[in-house]
Amino acid sequence: MFEILKKEELAPEIYLIEVKAEEVAKKALPGQFVIIRVDEVGERIPLTIVDFKSQNKSITLVFQAVGKTTKKLASLKVGDKIVDLVGPLGKPTEIKKYGKVICVAGGIGAAPIFPIARELKRAKNYVITILGARSKELLILEGNLLAVSHELHITTDDGSKGRHGLVTDALKELIKENKVDLVIAIGPAIMMKFVSEVTKPEKIKTIVSLNPIMVDGTGMCGACRVEVGEKTKFCCVDGPDFDGHLVDWNLLLSRQKVYLEEEKIALESLSEKAS
Amino acid sequence: MAEKKKEINPKKTPMPEQEPLVRIENFNEVALGYSVKNAIAEAERCLSCKKAPCVGGCPVEVDIPAFIQFVKEGDFLKAVKKIKEKNILPAICGRVCPQEDQCEKYCTLGKKYEPIAIGRLERFVADFEREKGLVEGFEVPKPNGKKVAVIGSGPSGLTVAGDLVKLGYDITIFEALHKPGGVLVYGIPEFRLPKKVVQAEIEFLQKMGVKIQTDVVVGKTVTIDELLNQEYQAVFIGIGAGLPLFMGIEGENLNGVYSANEFLTRVNLMKAYLFPEYDTPIKRGEKVAVVGGGNVALDSARTALRLGAKKVYLVYRRSEKEMPCRHEEFEHAKEEGVEFIFLTLPKRILSRGNGWVGAIECIKMILGEPDETGRRRPVPVSGSEFILDVDVVVVAIGTRANPLLPSTTPGLRLNEKGYIKINEIGRTSKKGVFAGGDIVTGSATVISAMGAGRTAARAIDEYLSK
Ligand SMILES: Cc1cc2nc3c(=O)[nH]c(=O)nc-3n(C[C@H](O)[C@H](O)[C@H](O)COP(=O)(O)OP(=O)(O)OC[C@H]3O[C@@H](n4cnc5c(N)ncnc54)[C@H](O)[C@@H]3O)c2cc1C
Ligand SMILES: Cc1cc2nc3c(=O)[nH]c(=O)nc-3n(C[C@H](O)[C@H](O)[C@H](O)COP(=O)(O)OP(=O)(O)OC[C@H]3O[C@@H](n4cnc5c(N)ncnc54)[C@H](O)[C@@H]3O)c2cc1C
Ligand code: SF4
Ligand code: SF4
Ligand code: FES
Repeated sequence: MFEILKKEELAPEIYLIEVKAEEVAKKALPGQFVIIRVDEVGERIPLTIVDFKSQNKSITLVFQAVGKTTKKLASLKVGDKIVDLVGPLGKPTEIKKYGKVICVAGGIGAAPIFPIARELKRAKNYVITILGARSKELLILEGNLLAVSHELHITTDDGSKGRHGLVTDALKELIKENKVDLVIAIGPAIMMKFVSEVTKPEKIKTIVSLNPIMVDGTGMCGACRVEVGEKTKFCCVDGPDFDGHLVDWNLLLSRQKVYLEEEKIALESLSEKAS
Repeated sequence: MAEKKKEINPKKTPMPEQEPLVRIENFNEVALGYSVKNAIAEAERCLSCKKAPCVGGCPVEVDIPAFIQFVKEGDFLKAVKKIKEKNILPAICGRVCPQEDQCEKYCTLGKKYEPIAIGRLERFVADFEREKGLVEGFEVPKPNGKKVAVIGSGPSGLTVAGDLVKLGYDITIFEALHKPGGVLVYGIPEFRLPKKVVQAEIEFLQKMGVKIQTDVVVGKTVTIDELLNQEYQAVFIGIGAGLPLFMGIEGENLNGVYSANEFLTRVNLMKAYLFPEYDTPIKRGEKVAVVGGGNVALDSARTALRLGAKKVYLVYRRSEKEMPCRHEEFEHAKEEGVEFIFLTLPKRILSRGNGWVGAIECIKMILGEPDETGRRRPVPVSGSEFILDVDVVVVAIGTRANPLLPSTTPGLRLNEKGYIKINEIGRTSKKGVFAGGDIVTGSATVISAMGAGRTAARAIDEYLSK
């Protein structure tokens, strides 16, 4: 059992929790994730490790309450426990001196990009971060990102804060003004796809963190199959980081929708129980 | 009439079973188990052979005539104790051992009649003991102060743990998933091996002092070197062969195409058949094609039927004779209405147009020259392509070694296919590290994994007693 030590609502339906998990906290590196199960009937879902503190033996997770599992997780309070948490899984992001790096975070992607930006800055890169969301209320971790970036650019789809537009608009401009050595993009698949399309003609190496549906997270089931460079990869063990220019985005987008109908049924069963 | 020498019933005492049409509507066990009367009747067929050849057919050499003798006498507890001297998981092996290739294959009676139903008797006595709440612990000796880490909680790991705890070792099993049992819980379906049976065997080990830590992926959460440097004097690796193989054909990543591992894990481990009471979903296909011919393929096909499929095809590239599955399961699958398409190879999977499977294109095969396994090699017949309309495909063509743990364990020698190399007593190339089960042999059987566990346990004891 894994105790929740801290809980914060960062934005509507977006939560940060700190969970006690000593072994994972000791081992975690930026880019890795855990798989959790909230309760005895629960599904296994992956969540990125946003931060890890070996002193208080805990890890930080940030999630958006979009479906049954994440809503159940959101209903837990400090002191409650989740039944399972396993990790750290996946390959860590390759941290080294690249030179000038742009980190592009869309929505909840701000959370997983935070430790990566921090380590990249420590590794003496010049870190430019673009943080985008639909609107002002949904911008999260702005202060944290500011602290670990040399520059922070904010975009909102509705113009309620920062630049009016998409992260890709800001990215295009920054690429024009700077000699960029690496782009790292984390967010919804569709955003990562468009970021990769912007950087591809410019030949700027682009790392993305893919988020297919997973079960075990150890290479045992193949649920997380993605195609990269026309080869099938298991995202949980071969990734989650891949070269964005080689990813088959349409396949990822399609495979994320396998259980659309079932997800609705699951959500209904949750609200029935609540009422 | 004068008493004649007792006639031997030429047939095995039949196993009471759920009717096919009833059982495909539920996930309950198909074979219901012998009654006391059935068991004694079956035991009485046994000739109590002096040099019982059946024993040689059992990978762990259960003293079969001795345990059957106790069944004849109605002393079922003594019978199960006798079995447990060699096999700590009789309720499981009695259900899933391929007896026709093992103990029963060599039964003297089998030369003339049907052999003794050794597996059914084994299952009966183990169930009797458990259901009556009569499972007795064994005496655990004083702790010898030595700690052994067992990685993986499948049959090989459980056997190592059981054997070593009996000798006074302090045992911790590390399991990657959230439930212990390996393939016994995530692979083999409820209707063949009820999870409460597995649970009971595992709880028994825990009562004897075996500690189990789930949610630990060795190689990620902790490495073997760390275990050896921290507190453990020896390590056993029993991680199975869990990496699913795909065919590498067009369309294999479409929605609705599952590896058997994913399909069975969702249903068994995650209980997707009880969705939405349990949270994990599964696509319930109307028409399902399962590719493969082993136990895993049959389990997938029969699972698909129980999830409500109207049609389940089993597509196998060789013929019925070459199927590497248990005979009983094949019969069960036929009775339940699985449609077998032999000598057929999938060529590509076609989309319905929206990212989902719509059909599978196959080609007919004929059997050619024998290959390296001695089975005749199937060769495609050109121009014989045909199409099956399906909405779910399950690929059950085998598994390989998962490189996750070996790649984080320097000094561990592997063979060219990635399986761990051991010597005849289960030692790997790394000091203090032993291995056994599917991660050494490739996908095999429950009882052979247990046999490997037993050998390794002996070697670990020897190594740590020096
Ligand atoms: C490696 C990895 C890391 C992840 N890290 C995070 C994280 O840090 N924070 C976070 O909030 N989410 C993260 N996700 C996504 C997260 O796992 C899903 O949001 C979660 O499984 C949804 O479960 P649910 O039962 O609440 O919703 P569901 O009912 O399963 O889904 C509800 C909605 O979410 C969408 N969805 C489902 N699965 C995914 C997925 N894998 N990716 C994107 N959308 C999905 C569905 O299409 C649907 O619209 C990560 C995914 C992966 C693979
Ligand atoms: C669907 C199916 C049906 C079968 N039917 C039969 C049958 O009827 N009869 C029969 O005799 N055999 C059958 N088999 C084969 C039999 O189940 C296996 O040969 C046997 O379980 C192998 O045992 P094992 O101990 O080597 O490993 P497994 O049972 O595979 O267990 C390995 C365990 O190790 C864990 N693990 C893996 N990696 C790590 C890691 N890095 N860290 C921690 N833990 C890890 C896994 O999660 C798993 O729990 C079947 C197999 C399948 C898949
Ligand atoms: S363990 Fe398997 S092979 Fe051995 S006697 Fe029992 S059923 Fe037969
Ligand atoms: S060989 Fe057959 S008949 Fe003889 S002891 Fe074994 S089970 Fe009984
Ligand atoms: S989640 Fe099962 S193989 Fe990646």
